[in-house]
Amino acid sequence: MTIESLSMAKAINLGLRRAMTENSRVLLMGEDIGPLGGVFRVTEGLHAEFGGDRVLDTPLAESGIIGTAIGLAMAGYRPVCEIQFDGFIYPGFDQITSQLAKLTSRHGGSMTFPVVIRVPYGGHIGAVEHHQESPEAYFAHTAGLRSVTPATPHDAYWMIQEAIASNDPVMFFEPKSRYWPKGDVDDAASGFPLHASRVVREGADITLLGYGPMVNVLLAAADIAAQEGTSAEVVDLRSLSPIDYEPVLASVRKTGRLIVAQEAPGFVSIGSEIAATVTERAFYSLEAPVIRVAGFDTPFPPAKLESAYLPDADRVLEAVDRAMAY
Amino acid sequence: MAFTADTLRLLDSDGSLIRNDRTSEYLPLIEALSDDQLRDFHRQMVVMRRVDVEAGNLQRQGQLALWIPSIGQEGAQVGSGYAARPQDHIFPAYREHVVGRIRGVDTMRIIELLRGLSHGGWDPKQHGNFHLYTLVIGSQTLHATGLAMGLTLDGKTRSGDPERDEAVVVYFGDGATSQGDVSEALVFAASYQTPQVFFLQNNHWAISVPVTRQSRTPLFHRPAGFGIPGIQIDGNDVLASYAVTRTSLDAARAGEGPRFIEALTYRIGAHTTSDDPTKYRDEQELEFWLANDPIQRFEAHLRGRGESDAFFAELATEAEDVAADLRTRTLALGVPPASDMFAHVYSEPHPLMDAQAAWLEAYEAGFEDER
Repeated sequence: MTIESLSMAKAINLGLRRAMTENSRVLLMGEDIGPLGGVFRVTEGLHAEFGGDRVLDTPLAESGIIGTAIGLAMAGYRPVCEIQFDGFIYPGFDQITSQLAKLTSRHGGSMTFPVVIRVPYGGHIGAVEHHQESPEAYFAHTAGLRSVTPATPHDAYWMIQEAIASNDPVMFFEPKSRYWPKGDVDDAASGFPLHASRVVREGADITLLGYGPMVNVLLAAADIAAQEGTSAEVVDLRSLSPIDYEPVLASVRKTGRLIVAQEAPGFVSIGSEIAATVTERAFYSLEAPVIRVAGFDTPFPPAKLESAYLPDADRVLEAVDRAMAY
Repeated sequence: MAFTADTLRLLDSDGSLIRNDRTSEYLPLIEALSDDQLRDFHRQMVVMRRVDVEAGNLQRQGQLALWIPSIGQEGAQVGSGYAARPQDHIFPAYREHVVGRIRGVDTMRIIELLRGLSHGGWDPKQHGNFHLYTLVIGSQTLHATGLAMGLTLDGKTRSGDPERDEAVVVYFGDGATSQGDVSEALVFAASYQTPQVFFLQNNHWAISVPVTRQSRTPLFHRPAGFGIPGIQIDGNDVLASYAVTRTSLDAARAGEGPRFIEALTYRIGAHTTSDDPTKYRDEQELEFWLANDPIQRFEAHLRGRGESDAFFAELATEAEDVAADLRTRTLALGVPPASDMFAHVYSEPHPLMDAQAAWLEAYEAGFEDER
């Protein structure tokens, strides 16, 4: 049935709850995720319902959280770790990239590591340093990890469950700016597999591709473009690793133009990767160079400057104008 | 850092048992060991040392990219290795080849690793729960703690039956004690009261850096700050290593929480075959530790118990045979197909792996005519 008007935070909460109910090996680990329910309240009520042995308020140590989650996976558990904020993931970086990502391979497949790492990410919340970053490219670059990010409450509800069901480690990036806007969730039908990208608005003249927090910005840009006579197709990437290219390439072959948008810095990024691959695989379909719209290659600025840093609909439309000029 | 009054020893330098109030807690465990068990302790140490020499030679002859010798640390490793019960989990660092042998890991798996043929590749579940080597220093301590947390959550420990209750032992070195992960593992272990023994082999050198750079205080003092009992033992005393590890593991599995053992030992050889300790170590220190060799001391102990010359002669032959067999098998090793790179990066299908494996296969097929 359809649950109307659910926030993404609540949708993830319900997804976690369902996964924990269906599989007693699923447990949650993180800082302040117990009685408090996490700083974003994503785990609210779960400690009370499942107890402290299923919802572990851990010591304040990110490497410790990931490293012990690896050991718990060896013991047959399916840990879901919450990293409190994007910029706090780096103390756990070594355990994620040198251990978790490589352990299946190191074991020659004799052990699997079904660990999910939930990372609230991105800007638009006016917070202090280290609280608004977009670190996804580091993890997409690392073999052995899967990386996904939902853009809607419905996707979030299903993708968190699919991530938990995966036998590989999954980085689950949660767009903070989309935690509270509400949407409908159909809890009877998932619709799309974890690693599928999809067209969320059809158009004919140009493809706007993004993920997580950018999808809504792209939809707004497409609305404005339509008023100006340009028909934009919007693609929600959903999965950052692996990337489901076929819907992207099909769209580009149709429109001949591609804008890739992200909050993360553009240099060596998901957008760079997609631009390179689309150029390799759809060169003769392109009427214009692939254009990246991204955060600047600076540290995330103080909050009062974030609106100048983060791509908005106008920045996307500026890129649309450049692409359409070819 | 030589032995002090704090250092627990069961075997005196002449191989006799030390009997005092402190050792009386542990000696019954030693007295319960059969002659065959004691011979096994010695057999493992002697064979491992011979294997170490052979593997070092193989490296010098270009057959291995690297060898990591354990010469001098056999007492700490064999004693603790035998102390673990069959159901226990062992997390090595990367120098515990003989513990692997005790748990059923053929040293060829280590040879393959150091010849550049694998990154590990044995299944711990099929090899005495001996987990893979971890080359990033100290990272494995957290894995061990996590697994121990799982044992508690699953009720696989603390039942009061030591034959059934599971526990974990994790090995690491003096250099590793400076790593954040080791401190985090101690925090988590104390917080969740894991059934776990932290087994520190203080071999006095982290490649070229002395332990005094890692810590100005004895390392067995450190766990107290985490709420974990620590003890320092003579790591070249195989019986002390056995008895203290056995006691600590059994306390941990009984629900008394984690334990920390600092085994004072010495890396007689180089860190690896790529290292040159003559550039940074002084001879006097080496001489002290050579005089406290774990194998010589235990041989004196066994002879004091009346062990025959024949046993030692047969053991020397056995060690030669094991070394020769390893050499033969090393020289016969092939190279895995390049497609193996893609095989286990993910446990479930992944389009990038499929595409790149297919590309490589087609690319290599393009050279068929040239073969």
